[in-house]
Amino acid sequence: MLEAILLTIITASTPLVIAAAGELVTERAGVLNLGVEGMMIMGAVCAFGAAHVTGYPVVGLVAGILGGALFSLLFGFLTLTLVANQVATGLALTLLGLGLSGQIGESFVGIPGVKLQPIVFPLLSDIPFVGPLLFRQDLTFYLSIALIIGVHWFLFKSRTGLKIRAIGDSHGSAHALGINVIRTRYLAVMFGGACAGLAGAQLSLVYTPQWVENMSAGRGWIALALVVFASWRPARVLAGGYIFGAVGILQLHAQAFGIGVPSQFLSMLPYAVTIVVLIIISHNRRTTLINTPACLGKPFVPDR
Amino acid sequence: MRIELERRGSASPLFSVISPILSLLLTLVFGAILFWLLGKGPLSALYSFFIDPLTEVWSLHELAIKAGPLILIAVGLSVAYRSNNWNIGAEGQFTLGAITGSILPVLVPSWHSPLVLPLMMVMGMLGGALFAAIPALLKTRFNTNEILTSLMLVYIAQLFLDWLVRGPWRDPKGFNFPRSLDFSSDAVLPPLLDSGRAHASIIFALLAAVLIWFMMRYMLKGFEVTVLGRSERAGRFAGFSSRRMVWFSLMLSGALAGLAGISEVSGSIGHLQPSISPGYGFTAIIVAFLGRLNPLGIIASGFVLALTYLGGEAAQLSIGISDKVTRVFQGLILFFVLSCDTLILYRVRIIFGAGKTLAEGKH
Repeated sequence: MLEAILLTIITASTPLVIAAAGELVTERAGVLNLGVEGMMIMGAVCAFGAAHVTGYPVVGLVAGILGGALFSLLFGFLTLTLVANQVATGLALTLLGLGLSGQIGESFVGIPGVKLQPIVFPLLSDIPFVGPLLFRQDLTFYLSIALIIGVHWFLFKSRTGLKIRAIGDSHGSAHALGINVIRTRYLAVMFGGACAGLAGAQLSLVYTPQWVENMSAGRGWIALALVVFASWRPARVLAGGYIFGAVGILQLHAQAFGIGVPSQFLSMLPYAVTIVVLIIISHNRRTTLINTPACLGKPFVPDR
Repeated sequence: MRIELERRGSASPLFSVISPILSLLLTLVFGAILFWLLGKGPLSALYSFFIDPLTEVWSLHELAIKAGPLILIAVGLSVAYRSNNWNIGAEGQFTLGAITGSILPVLVPSWHSPLVLPLMMVMGMLGGALFAAIPALLKTRFNTNEILTSLMLVYIAQLFLDWLVRGPWRDPKGFNFPRSLDFSSDAVLPPLLDSGRAHASIIFALLAAVLIWFMMRYMLKGFEVTVLGRSERAGRFAGFSSRRMVWFSLMLSGALAGLAGISEVSGSIGHLQPSISPGYGFTAIIVAFLGRLNPLGIIASGFVLALTYLGGEAAQLSIGISDKVTRVFQGLILFFVLSCDTLILYRVRIIFGAGKTLAEGKH
């Protein structure tokens, strides 16, 4: 029983972790992309479609990543090249993504999906309890862990990571140092889009292998809150992702048990917890100021 | 090919007018391409989407019914956005306004009085305003991001409504359908004209737009909104409180969204049910931007976006495409508006090949 619950928690947390890891890199570069929900749902519909047509869920994963990355280019073009307001453009991306995915996915409704099968590590997966949890998971789980480690290493140990953080904290200085701010930000935005797309692909290939309109159900927004919660640090994204995932799953189990609380109130929990967590993290103004990339959401036009 | 921007000395008044029109034209062009991809004749599809709904009296009434809540919400949002408070939870405030406004007709259905309707409207506004006060409180007291909190509250409000109409407020004689009892005639906004369903919400909307326009243009409060939105620091020097502005702008937009909610329920639906809005609160964000955050512009853009709802329904019937295309259109409009707005503040140069940059050219 505990094992089954933990398994579902892992499956529910993985998309949150992946999407938040991507958005973290985008925000570290000083770009606030509120379109995570839209990129996620586009990734989900692309992944489902590609997997359905080809029959290979891995092709679906790739399609989800590409779909999310391409869709984020729209955001990049508007906010980076045309210097449009990032908040408004992010909202536009979400609204367009929800609409477009509904239109694209119209013929997918009710079709049984193709499930991404778990990768079974020989021997290791036979370890009682730990084996099925950690060594009999699908590719997206391993990717999510690799992503957290990779993003941490990339941001804090690599030269490009240092450049990204410099751009996020002071795009003017970075520009003066000869760093190509706009190009780097484009790449950071696309990385965020690719991750959101992968997270969406996880939803339509692993979590519930089918296409349902609006199936992201606010997870993109929760991923955004997760980045704030993690104060822009990858390891904390992992921890936070699992807390949010656990809340979502435990309330479902509580509903199934029927603990006397109306199901709607239990369904509110993930959203209410997000608000509470934001309060706890944000109430200390000074630590927030220290952690937030200083140029987050600010427009940049290179002076020549 | 490269795109370069050069900042204009001041905002171009010409492009402030051209930009929304240009973005609508671009949406039409892309819409035509979209219809073509869906295998429909682009021109006839556009015609049945955007012109057909305007040719009949009943559909003009529907247009007013849809434009009412959109304009009401968007006018409030424009004040919030101008003051740099990003309330994106209008859908939740709409829902909560509908709930609090329905307290009288649902819980005291036997009370018949001309006072019922005005009280309902006031309670709807209060409900919306108080619900929007939550992100305001969290922002001023705990420094939380109002974008995320106001959005999370949308889900909470919708689930709360769902619980009400399936639980304590369910009509006992309603054959187990998840809905409240029908409002009595004292609690229903009457149609304005004999020719159709349009009710007072469009009047509320126009009134709110004009009042807010007046406030923004001629009153100190409007000036305060603009100054604090452009530069919080400058506002503080002028003695304006950005804290109070958070409360004011969020609660004002919440109150108008709440009014839109109760008007919609009282005038168009007649009872509470789990789903009371086709996403008015989110579409109103597009309305606000297409109207360039100007209340009078919002009146026009509200009708345009209302038309996309009707067009979607009409196109579904007449040429058999899904009404989901509506939301694609709405998203496209916002994208084009935001990109065309660049033209207001910047000169855009498109440089082909490996041309010299502006500055090098000048040297």
